[in-house]
Amino acid sequence: MDMKVAKKKLGLKEKYRLMTRDLGWEPTYRAKDEVFPYVNYEGIKVHDWDKWEDPFRLTMDSYWKYQAEKERKFYAIIDAHAQNNGHLNITDARYLSALKIFLQAISPGEYAAHKGFARVGREFPGVGTQVACQMQAIDEIRHAQTQIHALSNYNKYYDGFHAFADARDRIWYTSVARSFFDDAMSAGPFEFMIAIGFSFEYVLTNLLFVPFMSGAAYNGDMATVTFGFSAQSDEARHMTLGLECIKFMLEQDPDNLPIVQGWLDKWFWRGFRVLGLVSTMMDYMLPKRVMSWREAWEIYGVENGGALFKDLARYGIRPPKGWDDAEKAIDHMSHQFMLGLYQWSFGTSFHSWIPSDEDMDWLSAKYPTTFDKYYRPRWDHIRKLAAAGTPFKNFGLAKLCQTCQLPVVFTEPDDATMSCHRETEYKGEKYHFCSDGCQHIFDNEPEKYVQAWLPMPSLFQELDGDIGAWMNWVSLRDGEDNGDYSGSRDQRNFDQWRGMATSNT
Amino acid sequence: MSTVFIALQANEETRPIIEAIEIDNPLAVVNRQPAMVKIDAPNRLVIRKETIEEQIGREFDLQELHINLITLGGNVTEDDDSLTLSWAE
Repeated sequence: MDMKVAKKKLGLKEKYRLMTRDLGWEPTYRAKDEVFPYVNYEGIKVHDWDKWEDPFRLTMDSYWKYQAEKERKFYAIIDAHAQNNGHLNITDARYLSALKIFLQAISPGEYAAHKGFARVGREFPGVGTQVACQMQAIDEIRHAQTQIHALSNYNKYYDGFHAFADARDRIWYTSVARSFFDDAMSAGPFEFMIAIGFSFEYVLTNLLFVPFMSGAAYNGDMATVTFGFSAQSDEARHMTLGLECIKFMLEQDPDNLPIVQGWLDKWFWRGFRVLGLVSTMMDYMLPKRVMSWREAWEIYGVENGGALFKDLARYGIRPPKGWDDAEKAIDHMSHQFMLGLYQWSFGTSFHSWIPSDEDMDWLSAKYPTTFDKYYRPRWDHIRKLAAAGTPFKNFGLAKLCQTCQLPVVFTEPDDATMSCHRETEYKGEKYHFCSDGCQHIFDNEPEKYVQAWLPMPSLFQELDGDIGAWMNWVSLRDGEDNGDYSGSRDQRNFDQWRGMATSNT
Repeated sequence: MSTVFIALQANEETRPIIEAIEIDNPLAVVNRQPAMVKIDAPNRLVIRKETIEEQIGREFDLQELHINLITLGGNVTEDDDSLTLSWAE
């Protein structure tokens, strides 16, 4: 009988060398500068691309194997969700607003990240970098697809999911996320890596995927937990790539430090503004809450971000410029966003609502220094107006920040009773900003941001301010997708179907 | 001192991995949250292939961690036998 002799397996380091470095070559028909034309103009100096190593040393053969395993796990749960009335097992249909925002604003961001990594994978000359970017490009398209697929099960039963692609392109609040990714994709390859790989992935996505997805589990939504954690399992690799990228730039040449620091300042603030909406999803939109936005910030912002910047101090990096302003905003932002979403709910393809007494008690326990002082009185007043049959609706259009594209709804970092507004005049035109952070970003690159497509001015420019025509254009069905949750079709259907699922009459 | 951490999905595959991490890192703190487990440690956390194999009773490739990994914090160093997370002291 033949004895099977197991072939000696290659060690991780050897395999990584063979499957990355060994696949590269020096071009001979054309000069290297012609093959990689975008790698120098940002001013980043690289002396040795081979110094770039993926600490996980993941090679393509293992990549496919583990990704296939993740997909099998994912589809097992998606099938179970569809077969077991998963759409009725959520705690409350209010929760769906968070998913609608996710699908309209965040899943398209995954797709944008896919395009961006496919591009920078081509533009970087280092082979290790190319392989890591290629994997991330494939990851990101997988995330977009699995998210859309998982949420399509809810689209069969609930409003607001049906036209996410139109919402992504046209509705006002999604332009916040879209402009973030467009900004990154129209930057050079190194800035793109800092924007997405480092600021977004390493510093900020934990806040989105970890406590929010754990919250989805708490709210009975196995479909979302599954795509969230399946995506996040790639995210750990992306974060490591982002951190590796920043360390690589800083180790290659001391001249890179000021450029990298400038990008960090910019992209921390851009990311903080985009992910700000997650604060409202966590504090207001999860019927059962795992932790508050403040608590999540303490863990993933203060503790982890703090550790990271302490670690990078050895290269001369300091925490991003907007760090202190971010800290001051944490106890206010979810309330300010929710008040904004409620008053403009005619124009949102998801529902908002007035928090219940129980919700407000939770909020005052979690935000002892701000909620009762600044926000409960406003909700009480709004509730009185609703009870009197004159709900507080703002049919005016919000003034948008030229940089982050959010409505200017925030307060001064040191005075929560004073609305924060900045203005810059550039070539005879006035531009508005929500914060010092966004104004600084504009002032550094005005020629980029004057070209921003802003939804509110466009409504007047292209549709003469006709709200009905605008709703058709963004595929928003008035009275179905938008407005208050209370009295909505989602609420009626959920209550009725849940009743049918738990009784026989 | 800074905290490094790793978060894994809470499931049957990760239970022995978490036990192995606890064995190898006496200072680690295990936080159980809905659907996930987050393990914090001061400055340094090491995950050893051998300890995991003792817990599960079969060969284990450390890269299998990717399947159930949710997130981590710290600089990653990986070879065939261990994965280490650390912050500069």
